[in-house]
Amino acid sequence: MDQGANVRRMPYTAWNAFVEIFMAIRTAYTANIEHISILDENGVLDEKLAKTASGEPLLTPEQVLFLYERMVECRQLDEVAFKLQRSGRLFTYPQNKGQEACALGSGFAMRKGQDWLVPCYRENAALFLHGMPMGHVLLFWAGDERGSIIPEGVKITPIAIPIGTQMLHAAGIAWAQKVRKNDSVVITYFGDGATSEGDFHEAMNFATVFNVPAIFFCQNNQWAISVPREQQMNSETVAQKGLAYGAQCVQVDGNDIFAVYKATLEARERARQGGGVTLIEAITYRLGDHTTADDARRYRSADEVESWKNKDPMIRTRKYLEARGLWDEAKQKSAEERAEAMIKKIADDALNFAPPTTDEMFNYLYAEIPEELRRQRDTLRTNSLSMNPEQARLSESRR
Amino acid sequence: MPRTPQMIEKGLTLVDAINEALYQEMERDDRVMCLGEDVGLNGGVFRVTEGLQNRFGPDRVVDTPLSESGIMGSSIGLALAGMRPIPEIQFEGFMGPAYDQLVNHAARFRNRTRGSHTVPLTVRVPWGGGIHAPEFHSDSPEVMYIHNPGMKVVCPSTPSDAKGLLLAAIRDPDPVIFFEPKRVYRSFREQVDEGDYTIPIGKAKTVSEGTDVTVITWGSMVFECLAAMDQLPDDLSVELIDLRTLNPLDTDAICASAEKTGRVVIVQEAPKTCGLASELTTIIVERCFLNLQAPVQRVCGFDTIMPYAKLELQYLPDAKKIAEAIGAVAAY
Ligand SMILES: Cc1ncc(C[n+]2csc(CCOP(=O)(O)OP(=O)(O)O)c2C)c(N)n1
Ligand SMILES: [Mg+2]
Repeated sequence: MDQGANVRRMPYTAWNAFVEIFMAIRTAYTANIEHISILDENGVLDEKLAKTASGEPLLTPEQVLFLYERMVECRQLDEVAFKLQRSGRLFTYPQNKGQEACALGSGFAMRKGQDWLVPCYRENAALFLHGMPMGHVLLFWAGDERGSIIPEGVKITPIAIPIGTQMLHAAGIAWAQKVRKNDSVVITYFGDGATSEGDFHEAMNFATVFNVPAIFFCQNNQWAISVPREQQMNSETVAQKGLAYGAQCVQVDGNDIFAVYKATLEARERARQGGGVTLIEAITYRLGDHTTADDARRYRSADEVESWKNKDPMIRTRKYLEARGLWDEAKQKSAEERAEAMIKKIADDALNFAPPTTDEMFNYLYAEIPEELRRQRDTLRTNSLSMNPEQARLSESRR
Repeated sequence: MPRTPQMIEKGLTLVDAINEALYQEMERDDRVMCLGEDVGLNGGVFRVTEGLQNRFGPDRVVDTPLSESGIMGSSIGLALAGMRPIPEIQFEGFMGPAYDQLVNHAARFRNRTRGSHTVPLTVRVPWGGGIHAPEFHSDSPEVMYIHNPGMKVVCPSTPSDAKGLLLAAIRDPDPVIFFEPKRVYRSFREQVDEGDYTIPIGKAKTVSEGTDVTVITWGSMVFECLAAMDQLPDDLSVELIDLRTLNPLDTDAICASAEKTGRVVIVQEAPKTCGLASELTTIIVERCFLNLQAPVQRVCGFDTIMPYAKLELQYLPDAKKIAEAIGAVAAY
């Protein structure tokens, strides 16, 4: 069983050389990955890095304030959704808690109505920034297809449940932008676990081979349900996986809204100028359970969760604002109250939405409903004697 | 896991019974491995593999990377090299990436190599609707794997059947897909033989004997059919057959009952068109033509996408629709 035992029987020097070369390659790959961090855990900003290429402030304090308020809302939505699930009014819900800077920093770098978002299911705040109504997301998790309706002009694909599949769609959407000479860039979101699916590799390959304007944004939240990152992959970073495909690869502190914004903005500009594909690995942490159907206490330690709580993006963003006199406890309270009222209204509306009729199952399958399907819809039966009472009557007349 | 006092007193759920079969077979045969997403430390998202990693260690109960093609393809390799892998696909909706490995490889090795290579693996898959799960978590794709030759397909509906069929599946020399109806996972308990026993793959079970109408089904629909029978007049005698194995079919049992009653209703969760019910209907029409007193009726899911949770109970066949169809063939 122990493969290592055989290898180690090689002469010591050969083994040593092998290990050295292996480690050198490993380090070279890892070393090639730039790591961006601008706003640290204490809310201290690296002023030098917090600038655009042309020397402008990367984000103005007002913009940060705007983004922070969205964080408050998103966190509140998580709270409300969690309670609704526990009281049986939502079926399942994946909390975003702890990962808001990823969604907001990247979403803010993309142009609403112009660039495409191709999400999985843990970047709510980006969807909202780009025009997806919050109520839709709740409706989706309440088990209603109408939650996946994309409003006119919103360039977002629906929440993707089968892991990894959406990345290839992103490659295709980006390809179309290139063919049609549109000034649009595509960003697709996925988790650390998703990079194990073939679809990730195929999408990276297609996107880079055709040099399309796509950004692959990995929210590496350290866990794929119960499987930790170290068991998910043998590479030290997610970002380095993109090197093999010839993509630009960068790792950012995913709880640092400045770093996320900067990396995404640069990737977007590069893509627009035909500079191709970027893989961004955002290091973050899922503070909640995988979904409401999960209990993370079964597989990870409270200490680990505690240690990441200090890195919460909300804490450091708030500290940044406080240090500039833009935020205080009173403002926090009123922001929370506003968010609470807003989300209560949205949740009430979503959950009191008239339930779908059975016609909904049938009417959107094809542009035009086939005859047999129409009969199933109108009778809500599949057996011929119930679908067509004539057939039953015929038997009586024959007797 | 060894039985708890509750299991001893009240019996086993479907989850408990599958877990017991896995546990006992891993004790008996050290070639058996369980692998899949979250099956180890977390015991699977439905807790079917609960406690197994604790007992047998992380080399035999393995949390794999998130890749169904990887899980299935490497299970084929493990099986080719003499192991008895039991890969789990977390939900039937995620079999897509594993399809190529299953259909083009697992199912074909024996035939391609004229028996010199075989793939004795058992794929466990939580299957079907009715638990208010999210999108892509409630389908019933069994016919995709029945239609493609080379794989056996099993779908038990009770804890006792599940244990015996799973032990038979693991010991079977060919690939077996073991569909576990999620809706039944914890819906009831029953006393299950604690010993080692198998139930032959390919044998249907007559759940209740009758003379007027034959009802054929499998999986969680067995219980909808039983509920339908409660709604029917007492003097209508229904024979209920639980297929248990979907490939190979127990055609003799099916035809014997159809010949006896001359009236048949087939109930399936999956969409109607080209479902297993279509094949069963054909077999009955071909073989029992002169015995038939009424057109064979199919009560199925609609030819639609399995809806999200809010409409799933309107999609799934229910006792009322089944009773109506039974009444219609009886009156024909
Ligand atoms: C193809 C597929 N396989 C399995 C699943 C079940 N599943 C849902 S989420 C998940 C883990 C995803 O982990 P990651 O990609 O890291 O994203 P995260 O949930 O951490 O945001 C799994 C295994 C699925 N939805 N799709
Ligand atoms: Mg993850």
